Amino acid sequence: MNSPALEQAAGLYNYWIVIVLMMTGFYIVLARRNLIKAVIGLNIFQTSVFLLYVTMGKVRGGTAPIIPPEVAEAQAKAMHETGHSEHGTHALGTVSEEIVGAHAAHADLPGADIIYSNPLPSVLMLTAIVVGIATTALALALVVRIREDYGTIEEDRILEIDRADGLPDDDDEDQWIDADTHSLAGSSPDTPTDSESVN
Amino acid sequence: MNWVVFAILALLALTAVTVARLRQLWAAVMFTGIYSFLSASWMMILDAPDVAFTEAAVGAGISTVLMLSTLALTGEQEQPTKRSPIVPLLVVLVTGGALIYGTLDMPHYGDPNAVVHQHPDPSFVERSLDDMHGLPNVVTALLASYRGYDTLGETTVVLTAGIAVLLILRRDEMERPAIANRAKRRRRKANA
Amino acid sequence: MIKFPIIRVITKLLIPYILLFAFYVQFHGDYGPGGGFQAGVIFASALILYGLVFGLDAIKRVAPPIVIEKLMAIGVLVYAGTGFATMMLGGNFLDYDVLEHSFNHKYLPGGQHLGIFLVEVGVGITVTSVMTMIFYAFASRSRFV
Repeated sequence: MNSPALEQAAGLYNYWIVIVLMMTGFYIVLARRNLIKAVIGLNIFQTSVFLLYVTMGKVRGGTAPIIPPEVAEAQAKAMHETGHSEHGTHALGTVSEEIVGAHAAHADLPGADIIYSNPLPSVLMLTAIVVGIATTALALALVVRIREDYGTIEEDRILEIDRADGLPDDDDEDQWIDADTHSLAGSSPDTPTDSESVN
Repeated sequence: MNWVVFAILALLALTAVTVARLRQLWAAVMFTGIYSFLSASWMMILDAPDVAFTEAAVGAGISTVLMLSTLALTGEQEQPTKRSPIVPLLVVLVTGGALIYGTLDMPHYGDPNAVVHQHPDPSFVERSLDDMHGLPNVVTALLASYRGYDTLGETTVVLTAGIAVLLILRRDEMERPAIANRAKRRRRKANA
Repeated sequence: MIKFPIIRVITKLLIPYILLFAFYVQFHGDYGPGGGFQAGVIFASALILYGLVFGLDAIKRVAPPIVIEKLMAIGVLVYAGTGFATMMLGGNFLDYDVLEHSFNHKYLPGGQHLGIFLVEVGVGITVTSVMTMIFYAFASRSRFV
């Protein structure tokens, strides 16, 4: 473990793994033309971002940022007694010194030697995961609609169909345009193509 | 060094690569569930139990179910593509190389002096002792109180996404024949 | 609806405990790992499991879509309402400290505690109902092209 390269590898391997996962997700998005596969790729990418944040929050020898209840009770009481805390009325600039002072004064409290990992990345990722699944559901809903309209979820095929749509239409009706404006725009009574609506 | 961590990381990488190689979408979805579960295990080791079991419930549970119900509506086989994978591979390798070069300046794993842990000072753990009157879980305090506005925004995003899914998927049965006809015509035109 | 008896029996055994665990995670989130987001997804996964095994009609009797739909918005309303309540009591938006001396301490926890509790309930309701509603939207759409 003396060589600096090895030391660096031991210190940074977590980021490297995250980057490998991230790039795998990125590759799936770029190389695969199936829409569901692309959503899966985005999911893998997203999870690797969660992992990146969470690894940054880890402190060596630390534990989860949950203060043991009895310790929390004791420390809060001790702080209360010294009158350091007027809840919620700190001016922003002074809060720092005050609490640091309080901590120095109570370094002998039970549990003062526990190291906690950083809770901030956890909080950010917690909300991101739930928002992530909601947006994934949105993407999947769009995939379902695309499949209903195009009959396929392969990107190449969809592009082919779209190009064919641009060609002049020989067998009559532009009815699909009507359906499109009807369902997507919802209300566009002034569009000329809306004359023969589906219902 | 902890061998459990290395085993989990190796499995994570293996699962991700397997997902990239699979053509059976059903199997790929299952592997995504396993991938989520493995990352939840790693998060547990990284001292983030809250994130870990959200990820386990969301990634291995709900998202797998949603993907499978999408597959039921769209079909399970991925068509082989004609494009060559060289260009995407090149892009990915270059990007990955740049990112790895970037990590060389990052603080080492678990370094207590990393910038992330220095701001805000005092840390939220210390603040919460004072502000929260002995509320033990700092993550909850941070989520609901210190970052309350943020969480309100995130909840609204979840609601909005839910509404959008309903708007897209819940439509009149009356429109079905029209949609089916349109799809048929489009395909006919593309084939012609 | 799944016919396999083992799956049906095990599901019936598991669901009460999943729901109980969701409530524990929700209301014990101040003390241990947990909170509204986690409880929401766990609760929703119990409902979805029930729907997967016993069919969409069964789950729609338990959690009618018309109710779930309203709950989606009610959750956000509870969250924002907590903010407005603190404004009414003279504080800033979502400043829970003003809740400290407004209520009887015998029955309710103090300021920050109460605020966090209310907000987490709001988050839990929204996340549960959105996840369930998304499942309904996907499951009730049949393949027709």
